[in-house]
Amino acid sequence: MQLTLEFGGGLELLCNSVKIHQVNVGTQAEGMKQLTMKHLLSWVRTNLIKERPEMFMKGDTVRPGVLVLINDCDWELSGQLETVLEEKDVVVFISTLHGG
Amino acid sequence: MDSNGVGETATHIRQEIASLQKTKAQIEDRISALQARLSSCSSEDGNEETNSSAPRHTETTFSGQLSADMIYRYSRHLLLPSFGVEAQANLLKSSVLVIGAGGLGAPALLYLAACGVGRVGIVDHDVVELNNLHRQMTIKFGQLNTWTMYNSYGFATHTAKCLLQIIHTEAYIGRSKVESAAAACRAINSSVQIVEHKEAFRTSNALEIMRKYDIVVDATDNVPSRYMINDCCVVLGKPLISGAALGLEGQLTVYNYNGGPCYRCLFPTPPPTTACQRCADSGVLGVVPGIIGCLQALEAIKVASAVGEPLSGRMLLLDALSARIRVVKIRGRSLQCEACGENATLTEQKFRDFDYEKFTQSPLSTSPLKLDLLPAEARITSKDYNDRISNGETHVLVDVRPAHHYKIISLPKSLNIPFTSLEQRLSEIPAALAREKDNKTDDASRDASLYVICRRGNDSQRAVEYLHKMGFTSAKDIIGGLESWAHDVDPQFPTY
Ligand SMILES: [Zn+2]
Repeated sequence: MQLTLEFGGGLELLCNSVKIHQVNVGTQAEGMKQLTMKHLLSWVRTNLIKERPEMFMKGDTVRPGVLVLINDCDWELSGQLETVLEEKDVVVFISTLHGG
Repeated sequence: MDSNGVGETATHIRQEIASLQKTKAQIEDRISALQARLSSCSSEDGNEETNSSAPRHTETTFSGQLSADMIYRYSRHLLLPSFGVEAQANLLKSSVLVIGAGGLGAPALLYLAACGVGRVGIVDHDVVELNNLHRQMTIKFGQLNTWTMYNSYGFATHTAKCLLQIIHTEAYIGRSKVESAAAACRAINSSVQIVEHKEAFRTSNALEIMRKYDIVVDATDNVPSRYMINDCCVVLGKPLISGAALGLEGQLTVYNYNGGPCYRCLFPTPPPTTACQRCADSGVLGVVPGIIGCLQALEAIKVASAVGEPLSGRMLLLDALSARIRVVKIRGRSLQCEACGENATLTEQKFRDFDYEKFTQSPLSTSPLKLDLLPAEARITSKDYNDRISNGETHVLVDVRPAHHYKIISLPKSLNIPFTSLEQRLSEIPAALAREKDNKTDDASRDASLYVICRRGNDSQRAVEYLHKMGFTSAKDIIGGLESWAHDVDPQFPTY
């Protein structure tokens, strides 16, 4: 499944400072019918996060202070970890800023 | 260090500059006080205006809601069909509290004062920093005095910032940011009431300060303040215009407005402190908080004047590097929210008793983090280090700052291994120690000693802790890092 993943608010530092990733996440191999956010998170952790994974995830979800946006919408509105992704979806992971 | 003659002359000039600036600041204060008195005089007398330009009668109200002076001053707003007299009248009746007069607060304040918000409050306990004297650019604004933009490397929290705080003039160095900001606001619009709160915003004074305002602008720079301001707004039912900036990114949203979410609805749990406690500091491009601060003023104006759709339930994300602004939809008010949810029990008393520093595990105070991880024998002052190397001690100095910091300035012959890559590059340390030992033929029996330095002495302690674990038990941390070197050993050494 073709997806665009974006990292911001400093999270890009965890993946070699690259903000935008065009990725192809396989669903066949794992015998999944659907790709949920839960699967995507573990895929990102394995394939994109190069350092300090605890700055990205806590347990099986994102760490506190990270907003997840699926097609510019908070994932709270689409079912968080259970959200089913579709072809060409854009998923943004953004760390909240507190500087000023 | 250098020739004394040069040093003395420079000191002399600096002293004279400082004394002239003090005088200048006093004169400016008197001018602004007199201007305020003049405007109240002319409103009493009605026809005392001596200004040859358009005669204005401040308090004379014609058929409409605005005085002649206000019609003249705000004519551009009044001519906007979607704004007009009503919105301007709403604005003039409203009050806005800006918490933080730094990178975000400064531009927000200038626009809020200029646009005619009736009363503007400013909270900050900081002073305009002296150490930025060398980093200034002077620009001139039409009718105003000479203004100075300066880079403030304000070490506001764990992350240091290079803010371009356009409100503070050179004349105010060493004085409170609130005074400086207030003077700038009065100079722009003397008809706005500016209230100075020269104190830190704390649970003990927050309710009393905030109660007197309609709208709150969060222009602070740390996590505990953000939770505290949010909760105070929820308790008192005030809309919160929240902005943040770091690096080349900015974020903006309006909380607690018209049934929309609050900060805790979005972030019920504070972020881990490791996210922000590195000695390796991230900077910020001054114009980024400038943009977000202006947008905060815009949202405050919209809420105050009841015009347009405030950015509630949505968040604006600015990525300056790619010149992209996206507005995303965020969750609504959470029923489980501990501040504003259905079963929330937040009261004024609970708010007063809540420990925000403990909750977020980070300090409200603006002093930079000072770790103390190591025993005394694993540490050395920059002075002692200097004595030792002056005596020719065989040693290796590892600088664990990020490479882009090292490029700004470094001590001679130091080895740069950023803290984040220490693990991978560990083998370079025994190699360097062996090389040093081999170079010294006279004292070959002694091993080269190992010192670690960073910017302020936090990461160097973490690094030494790690090095001890990896068997380099003699590694020592230079207390206070390059800042203490500049302070105690070499005053000519640049700090940043
Ligand atoms: Zn809430």
